[in-house]
Amino acid sequence: MTLLNHKVCDIDAAIAEIPDGATIMVGGFGSPGTPFALLDALLASGQRNLTLIKNDANEPGIGIGKLIDAGRVKRLITSHLGLNRTAIDAMNAGEMEVTFHPQGLLAEKIRCAGVGHGGFLTDIGIGTEIAEGRHEINIEGCTWAIEQALQADVALVHAERADRYGNLIYRATASNFNPLMAMAADRVIAQTYHIDEPGDLPIDTIHTPCAFVSQVVQVARASSQQGVRPHAL
Amino acid sequence: MLSDQQRMLTRAAREVIDGQIVNLGIGLPTRLFHYLPDDMNVLVHSENGVLGCRPRHEGEAPDIDMIDSGGAYITTRAGASVFDSATSFAMIRRSRVDVTFMGAFEVDQEGNLANWKIPDKFSPGIGGAMELAQKVARLVVLCSHNDKYGNPKILTRCQLPLTASRCISRIITEKAVMDVTPEGLEVVEIAEGLSIEALREATDATLLIDESCLGRF
Repeated sequence: MTLLNHKVCDIDAAIAEIPDGATIMVGGFGSPGTPFALLDALLASGQRNLTLIKNDANEPGIGIGKLIDAGRVKRLITSHLGLNRTAIDAMNAGEMEVTFHPQGLLAEKIRCAGVGHGGFLTDIGIGTEIAEGRHEINIEGCTWAIEQALQADVALVHAERADRYGNLIYRATASNFNPLMAMAADRVIAQTYHIDEPGDLPIDTIHTPCAFVSQVVQVARASSQQGVRPHAL
Repeated sequence: MLSDQQRMLTRAAREVIDGQIVNLGIGLPTRLFHYLPDDMNVLVHSENGVLGCRPRHEGEAPDIDMIDSGGAYITTRAGASVFDSATSFAMIRRSRVDVTFMGAFEVDQEGNLANWKIPDKFSPGIGGAMELAQKVARLVVLCSHNDKYGNPKILTRCQLPLTASRCISRIITEKAVMDVTPEGLEVVEIAEGLSIEALREATDATLLIDESCLGRF
């Protein structure tokens, strides 16, 4: 783990350490919480054969959509691709392998890895197509499916605020998978708009304690080029 | 004159009880937002991590960190909270959401729901639908009575892959309001001006109809 006083680093240096073939968790549900700057740096850095774990595939041409369009994603573990037509096309053409999990199970598999457990028991999806291939066990008359924890080499997360030691605060619905992923990877890279000094963030508002975070990079506010576009209600 | 969808939404809004926690599925159910009176103590849950969503007023600037699960920019009402995805689904799996409204490709008289996959045609993933359908205390389906080719969507037995089995409490279409019972689908209300014969003709399931207490909507 990175020492507390060595976590702030340059975005390109942080991304350059990721090898080809890495398994990378990416925070965000749609645009909010997606670490757009880290993903742009990953695109520029050139790693290939990536396995990405993200709730969704963003929208065409933004966020992980850029990596998918560039043919850099070998496998995607997700809950749905409904808003990204080009990701669906890549899946249907066999260019990208896609594994779907129900959204709450995906979250829980990541949470489970983050708390150091190997898996959990659930009754979600028993008797449906989702259950195919899962191990089931019977305990005291109840049937449960075994779900394994899902862990990664790297997590890329977005936080509204951070301090130099790596304490993180998320904002509004930009939280989503970020705090779970920030505990579930060997190396956790957090992007944030502003890096405070230790002691500046009120201690009872910190969502992710710094012990889980490896590196912190400061980025500019998300731009329209990174995909933050208005949606009509 | 209300459209079919406006009539369905007006009817569906009457399902919500003051004080409840409600989840609105993507598509038509999301529009139910606009049919819930502001003075009700109702918190709308969205599975991306917010309890207490409210649509933005016209002209209200969007907050880029504040969306619902359909990707629309929303805001929050008094009493709202935000949380991570694991907490959001804990709320669902622990049945702390009182009622959810969902669309459907097919439903059947046993209360089974299919709304996530049409093999070889449509399979973008299940999102949060499975946990919502399986665990929310009361599931109300809000869907058209027939598909775009006129085929019944209310069936004896679903053919498509199921989202969850025996999960539906009530079905609201433009033609009828139906409750799932062990004996079949009990028609509670029928659309104004529609005959019972026409309703049976448009449906491929056992309909239980007691004309003496049949409401109109």
